[in-house]
Amino acid sequence: MISIEDIRNNMYLQLARRNLKRQTFRTVLAAIGIIIGVIAISSMGILGNSLKLSVTDSFGDIGDKLLIYPAPGEDGVSEKQVKQMKKISGIDAIIPVYSSGDRVEYKNQYTFGSVYDIDKDDLEKLVEIDEGQYFKSGSTDCVVGASIANTLELKLGGKIEIGDSRLRVVGILKERGIGFDIDTDTGIFTSEQMYRKLYPNEEEEYDFVIIKAEELDQVNDIKNDIEKLLNKKEEVITVFATNIILESINEAFKSISLFLMGIGSISLLVAGVSILNVMLMSTMERTKEIGVMKAVGASRRDILTMFLLEALLLGIIASLIGGLFTIGAGYLILSLIVDNTSYLLSFATLLYILEGIIFGIATSLIGGMYPAWKASNMRPLDALRYE
Amino acid sequence: MSDTIVQMEDVKKIYTLGANEIHALNGVDISIKKGDFVTIMGASGSGKSTLLNMVGCLDTPTSGTVKINDIDITELNDDKLTTIRRDNIGFIFQQFNLIPTLTALENVEIPMIFSRMPPNERKARALHALEQAKLEIEYADHRPNELSGGQQQRVAIARALANDPPILLADEPTGNLDSKTGKIIMDLLSQLNKAGTTLIVVTHDPKLAEYSNKNIMLLDGEVSDDIN
Repeated sequence: MISIEDIRNNMYLQLARRNLKRQTFRTVLAAIGIIIGVIAISSMGILGNSLKLSVTDSFGDIGDKLLIYPAPGEDGVSEKQVKQMKKISGIDAIIPVYSSGDRVEYKNQYTFGSVYDIDKDDLEKLVEIDEGQYFKSGSTDCVVGASIANTLELKLGGKIEIGDSRLRVVGILKERGIGFDIDTDTGIFTSEQMYRKLYPNEEEEYDFVIIKAEELDQVNDIKNDIEKLLNKKEEVITVFATNIILESINEAFKSISLFLMGIGSISLLVAGVSILNVMLMSTMERTKEIGVMKAVGASRRDILTMFLLEALLLGIIASLIGGLFTIGAGYLILSLIVDNTSYLLSFATLLYILEGIIFGIATSLIGGMYPAWKASNMRPLDALRYE
Repeated sequence: MSDTIVQMEDVKKIYTLGANEIHALNGVDISIKKGDFVTIMGASGSGKSTLLNMVGCLDTPTSGTVKINDIDITELNDDKLTTIRRDNIGFIFQQFNLIPTLTALENVEIPMIFSRMPPNERKARALHALEQAKLEIEYADHRPNELSGGQQQRVAIARALANDPPILLADEPTGNLDSKTGKIIMDLLSQLNKAGTTLIVVTHDPKLAEYSNKNIMLLDGEVSDDIN
C-alpha cells in the first residue's frame, strides 16, 4: 500500500516540485496557459449545456406523449378508434380532445384562445392548477391558462364571454410554456355540456387524441403499434411522437456544445505548446544535471519518469486551479448569456469541469513527453560536457 | 574472481570531428588491482579523461576490451552500462556537479534513489557517507550554494560513496580547490583507499601522484610510463 507519507517522501516528486519552483515565474506562466485552457473548455461545455437546458425547460415535459390526428381527408378520430387504441400495451392514458379556437372577452378586453373539452380527470393529468379548482362536470364553469388570465387581468370568479355564453372562471392554471399537445397557457377548459352549448354544430368525432406512454422509451413502440392497428387498410390517422422534438433538440445542442468546446480546446492546445516550450528549455538548462544523474546511476526510465512527473505535477495543479475558476467563469457567462445561473448547479456542470481538468492534465503530459524523452536519451558523457 | 578490477586490452577510441579522425586512445593496456590507488597523468588531450570515462562506463571503446569487475562492457547497451555504473562506480568531478535544488544530504541520497533503496535506509546511509566524507553534520541540510568548495567536494565524495562502490573515479578532484583544501581532500581520498576502495584519479598535478601506489602517464593516447 502506498500511503500519503510515502508520496510525500517520494524523491522523484520532491525533485519535480523543486524543479518547478526553480523557475517560478516561468512555471506560473505555463500554468496560466493550462488554467485558461481548462476554464475555456469547461465553461464552454457548461454554456452549451445550459443553452440546451434553457430551451428544453421552456418546452415542458413533452417527450412521453403521442398525438393522434385524423389523417388528411378524415373528419376526426372516432370513438371506435379510441377503443382500438386501448388494446395497445404501454399506454398510461388515452385522452380524447375536442377543441376550437375562439374569441374571449372580459370587461371590454378581448383575446384569442383555444376552447377545450377534455374530461376533468384526464385534464388533471395534463395541467396543474395554480389558483382555485377544476370545474365540476356539467357546470358552466371553466379553468383558464396563465396567459389568458394575464392578458385579460382575470381574477377567480370573473366571468368571461365566449360567443353569447358567459363562463365563470373557477381556476387558473400554472404556466407551462410551449407544448405540442394542448395550448395550456392560452387554453379555456370547460365541461362537455358547456362545450356542446358553445359549439352545437361540431362533429361527434374527436379533434385529436393525446396518448401518454408509461415509459419514455416505449413511445416509438406505441407509435408503431397504433399505425399498424389503425392504418391497416388506408391511412385514417397520423401519429406524432413528441420525443422526436426532444431528440432533435438534444442533437442540435450536442453539436453546439461540441463546437463551443472545440473553440475552448484551441486555448488548451496553445497551453500544451507552452508546456512543451517550458519543459524543453528546462531540459536544456539541466543538461549537465541530467548527465550527473546518469553518471550516478539514473537509467533512462528514471530520467523519463522525473520529467514526466514534473509535467504531470504542473498539469494537475494548474488544471485543478482552472477547474475551481471555472465555477466563477461559468457563473459570469451564464448570467451574461443565458440569464439563468441556476443551471450551474447541476451534475452536468461537474462533469464538464472534470472533463476540462482531465483534458488539462493530459495536455500537460503530452506537452512534457517529448522533452522527457529527449532528456532521457541524452548520452551521459555529452550531457556532462555541456556547459 | 581475480584480483584485477579494471582490465583494458588494446583499447582504441577514435572520434570523428568533421573530416578529422581523433585518436583519443591508441591501443592502451592497463590492469588495475583491487585496492589500488592509481593516478593517471598527462597533458591536455592525452586521452586521460577518455580513459576515465571508459572505466566509468560513460563511454565504450572503438576497439579492444574493457572489463570492470570481470564484466566486459564493450558491447553493452546504455541501460546495462547504467546498472554496472550504479553498482560499481562512484564519480567525483572537478566541478563537484552537485544538484543545486537539493540539500547536501539529498544530493548524497540521489544514487541510492536510483538503486531503489527504501527511504529510511537511504537517509541513514547518506548520513553515514557524509560522516565518512567528514562533512560536519550541521551542513547536511544546506544547499550547495551555501557551502564552501571544500565542503561541496566532501558532499560529492559522500555521494560517490553512497552505493558503496568498489571503485572511486575522480577527475581533477582538487582542481577547483585551494592547495590547503586540496590536501585535505586528498588525505580523505587516501584514507578511503586504505579502507579498501580502489581509487583512480585523473590529474595534472604531480603532487597527487605522491599519494598513489601506481601512476600511469599518457602521451597522445598511449601509455608512456607505468610506474608501480
